[in-house]
Amino acid sequence: MAVVTSSAKRLTNRMAIAAVLIIAVIFLSPLYWIGSTAFKPRSLATTVPPTVFFQPEITSFIKLFTKRVQLTKPVDPAVYAAAPWYEQRIYDGGERMLRVGPNIQLSQYPNRFLNSLIIAVTSTFIAVSMGTITAYGFSRFKMPGEADWLFFILSTRMLPPIVVAIPMYLMYRVVGLNDTHIGLIILYTAFNLSFSVWLMKGFMDEIPKEYEEAALVDGYTRMQSFFKIVLPEAVTGIAATSVFCFITAWNEYAFALIMTSRRAQTAPPFIPSQVGSGLIDWTVIAAGTLLFILPVAIFTFMLRNHLLRGVTFGAIRK
Amino acid sequence: MNDPVNFVGLANYRDLLNDPHIWSNFWITAKYVIVSVSGQMVVGFGLALLLNRKIPAKGLITTLLMLPMMMSAAVVGLFWRLLYDPSWGPLNYVLGLGNFAWLSNADAALYAVALTDIWMWAPFVMLLSLAGLSAVPQHLYEAAAIDRAGTWYTFSRITLPLVAPLLLIALIFRTMEAFKTFDIAYILSTQPTTELVSIKLYKFAFQEWQTGKSCALAYIVLILVLAITNIYVKYLNQAKER
Repeated sequence: MAVVTSSAKRLTNRMAIAAVLIIAVIFLSPLYWIGSTAFKPRSLATTVPPTVFFQPEITSFIKLFTKRVQLTKPVDPAVYAAAPWYEQRIYDGGERMLRVGPNIQLSQYPNRFLNSLIIAVTSTFIAVSMGTITAYGFSRFKMPGEADWLFFILSTRMLPPIVVAIPMYLMYRVVGLNDTHIGLIILYTAFNLSFSVWLMKGFMDEIPKEYEEAALVDGYTRMQSFFKIVLPEAVTGIAATSVFCFITAWNEYAFALIMTSRRAQTAPPFIPSQVGSGLIDWTVIAAGTLLFILPVAIFTFMLRNHLLRGVTFGAIRK
Repeated sequence: MNDPVNFVGLANYRDLLNDPHIWSNFWITAKYVIVSVSGQMVVGFGLALLLNRKIPAKGLITTLLMLPMMMSAAVVGLFWRLLYDPSWGPLNYVLGLGNFAWLSNADAALYAVALTDIWMWAPFVMLLSLAGLSAVPQHLYEAAAIDRAGTWYTFSRITLPLVAPLLLIALIFRTMEAFKTFDIAYILSTQPTTELVSIKLYKFAFQEWQTGKSCALAYIVLILVLAITNIYVKYLNQAKER
């Protein structure tokens, strides 16, 4: 009897593992498609049937970073031979790179990527620092109506960004913050702040008060004990909060779409805007997408163990 | 631009609530929320149940499965447009659907958007469920096995009640977020049948420039989301006290 049940159990276990693997493959296939499209030659990106095996190339990445125009006549063999390899790839595709004097003209992508980086990093830093201090206050001092305040802080996150964007847009137009880095940094800080206060409060609550009290008795000021005792204890919490704020700011679309147009535009509204009405070069879009996912994927992978506590506002303890 | 301010009282709200189109936007949103959230719950919880055992490279698989939810919804939407493409999209090829136009078919478009959303957010439910499942004390299962409890009995009397609080958190969180969906639907499809409330809001405000009306609609949305959030916070606190 026992043998039968255990072998039956082993069978269900094996079937479950097989199911997991199959589902994982199905689940990840769209991601694989993005990744593989980025390395396809343009002619193979939209074939029927879809191309799965091909010779990978990085032409799409070269295209992503440069401005190009169609060749009107075949390129001079001498010019072709003298060109560096990356320019030859472009010539092969029937296009030539635009130049300002001797320098290759860069596309807008690096600029948008840089905007994303500046805005996401700065706003994450400000939101997490302010959130840590606020959470410390909430956690250590009694204040009337604490729960109401916390709910009020969270309420800034309840509306669809589109809704908030209407009054913000009108106000920003008056004060001239539309399409500026500062404007987006303020916005992202504001809506990440609620999240970071809630998260950090969960972490702060778990740091024993006794440590600080001992320090205070030993003659530390409140500030000293905060920086020397509390902060080092809260490092994991700060890391987890940073990941979440960074993911949100990095991927934010609606605000960026409305508030920025050229100077301060980030990558999320920029990448889809590349899809015009004409012939879409999906390999370039895939390359842009792939590069765009990388920072957040790496960042998240490094701090993956903290994600869970983040999404539950500390309801789950490790 | 500098016209004198004209106070209209509740006229904007009256116009909105009398507008049958707005009601259809709310219906579309409700349908979308139900389809995509229930899909996420089933897929996510199912995956968690399957994953909750000894599996080679479990950490790696879990992390890989979580990749979709780290991506920008705008980028996800854009890429699913490639997958859904009627003439050369891989999805139609794999499913053998010929030239089925997912995103320009009035009936299918909303479900296509929901499917993308399920793909993106089922890992979130999976993550929460996995945490809940791993917290179920092993001795309960052993006791059930000694009592010769059936699989279904064990599942419905031990697993489900203990994971329920976390499932609820996931459910309410996802409902809140699905209600606010803008980017995925906006990028994927331009069909009137996928016009969610937030897309309608965007059109009111930034295409028709009806600021008053859009702000009134925003308040209606706020009240609805506030109600959902209140439930969320209540259950979160209960789960914390447990």
